[in-house]
Amino acid sequence: MVDFLVSSGWDKNLAVIVASALGAVAVSSLGLVWILVSIWLERKFAGRVQDRLGPNRTGPYGLFQTFADVGKLLTKEDITPAGADKHIYNLAPIMAVASVILIFGVIPFSHNWIGADLNVGALYFVAVGSFATLAVLLAGWASNNKYALLGAFRAIAALISYEVPMILSLAVPVMLAGSMSMQDIVKGQSIAYVFAVPVSALIFFISQLAEVGRSPFDLIEAESEIVAGFNIEYSGMKFAMFYAAEFIHAFVICTLTAVLFFGGWRLFGFGTPGQELMGWITVWAKSFALYIVVMLLRNTLPRIRIDQMMGFNWKFLVPLSLVNFLMVMFLARPFTPDYAAADAAVAAGGLAAVIGGIFGNGFIAELPRTVVLLIANIVLFWGAVSLLRRYGAAQRQLIEARYGTPKAVAPAPATGD
Amino acid sequence: MQTNEWVFVAISIAVAFVLPAAPIVIARFLQPRKPNKLKLETYECGVETVGDAWVQFKVSYYLYALIFLIFDIEMLFLFPWAVAYNQLGLFALIMMTGFVVILGVGLVYAWRKGALDWQ
Repeated sequence: MVDFLVSSGWDKNLAVIVASALGAVAVSSLGLVWILVSIWLERKFAGRVQDRLGPNRTGPYGLFQTFADVGKLLTKEDITPAGADKHIYNLAPIMAVASVILIFGVIPFSHNWIGADLNVGALYFVAVGSFATLAVLLAGWASNNKYALLGAFRAIAALISYEVPMILSLAVPVMLAGSMSMQDIVKGQSIAYVFAVPVSALIFFISQLAEVGRSPFDLIEAESEIVAGFNIEYSGMKFAMFYAAEFIHAFVICTLTAVLFFGGWRLFGFGTPGQELMGWITVWAKSFALYIVVMLLRNTLPRIRIDQMMGFNWKFLVPLSLVNFLMVMFLARPFTPDYAAADAAVAAGGLAAVIGGIFGNGFIAELPRTVVLLIANIVLFWGAVSLLRRYGAAQRQLIEARYGTPKAVAPAPATGD
Repeated sequence: MQTNEWVFVAISIAVAFVLPAAPIVIARFLQPRKPNKLKLETYECGVETVGDAWVQFKVSYYLYALIFLIFDIEMLFLFPWAVAYNQLGLFALIMMTGFVVILGVGLVYAWRKGALDWQ
């Protein structure tokens, strides 16, 4: 793009700025376009899970439902409560959306389709993602409403707590790739990191889910306890912006997990240089698969209590991610992939050449590390789960000692209709 | 090359703030605006609000923030180390173990003190 503009007689600096601006608009709009699809999808999916149809009146399969909603929201009156801190009150919803849109800037969609391949990409998205937390606090504080403030404080306590295991498990792919650039992390995954470090992937996904405030961690906006949490005073388009931010964020976490742990634009032979579109589709397909998991979780799990949420984070996820970090640290270093040696082995022929021909040379280089880490991860996972089970059994006994064993509820008699 | 990337980041920050601001501004021209005193009151389940919401708040929320701060500063040291990981020797690994263990001891201390229990 820059080269094209320069070759057609543009000033170099101007060309860089224009190309960046176009890229920024394209990448940022991606998120906004996605909401239009995702809200419809989410409602349809929730409908199916709950054995109803979901939106089906506006357009084929209710596809235009979101457009109708946008039209309605545009004509709704915005109310700023008299007691609110006006500037901060108006800034908060914009900031909420901005923070998630900015994350798209460092997501590699293919070999060279990336907004900005920053050498601190991983830190960048953590930093920008924290803006969302700030927006929640600003909204709750500026509303001058006690429910909003209570919701905001809850949200902050939860969000910053889950940031700790998130960053600790993010350090693992950074370590394995030896780089914080998102593009390098993808390039290091000849075998997707999820096979090497599934525990880190799981911790990352869970804590990101908590950051978004999606069910089962949606007690940020627990309707039954604190009305609606931090956005209670918002109406019209400003409320819609918070809503939009949540939807984009829910998809962004899937994309991030896909990029960091599921190999991003790589899928066997796809996404090699020159196959930009294939890479793009691969990233979206992977994120989409994860998004379905998020939607399923949202529709099937009950909301947990705040003390359970904090306890689960600080007493389980944080120690687990510390142990996981140490384990990966000691086990991965002796098996650091030697790509030159793998290339040599393939060139020498034999079995290595056959495997290299199918999966690529990087596969051979990374195989020993992946196998060792996978075995260790399975042991760790088994240990962690059995700890959880033991804790659950103890809790159950405690409750049963107090209230007696629960009686079986007789199923409702079938009524014929 | 690196400078180009930061130009992109700077521009995308501007774009990211303009994009969500645009619908709010557009809505401003389309919406009815009939504010009255009752409508602008703080909405608190219909009950009239007593006093400000800007009051002193429960301490248990801040304890988490304090623990978070310690861990967050640790990350600052952890990431440069993680980037260099593939060139590190055994000594660096042992040093990092010490670092993480000290953090873990801090976590255990907070745990035993009951700072991690929601009250």
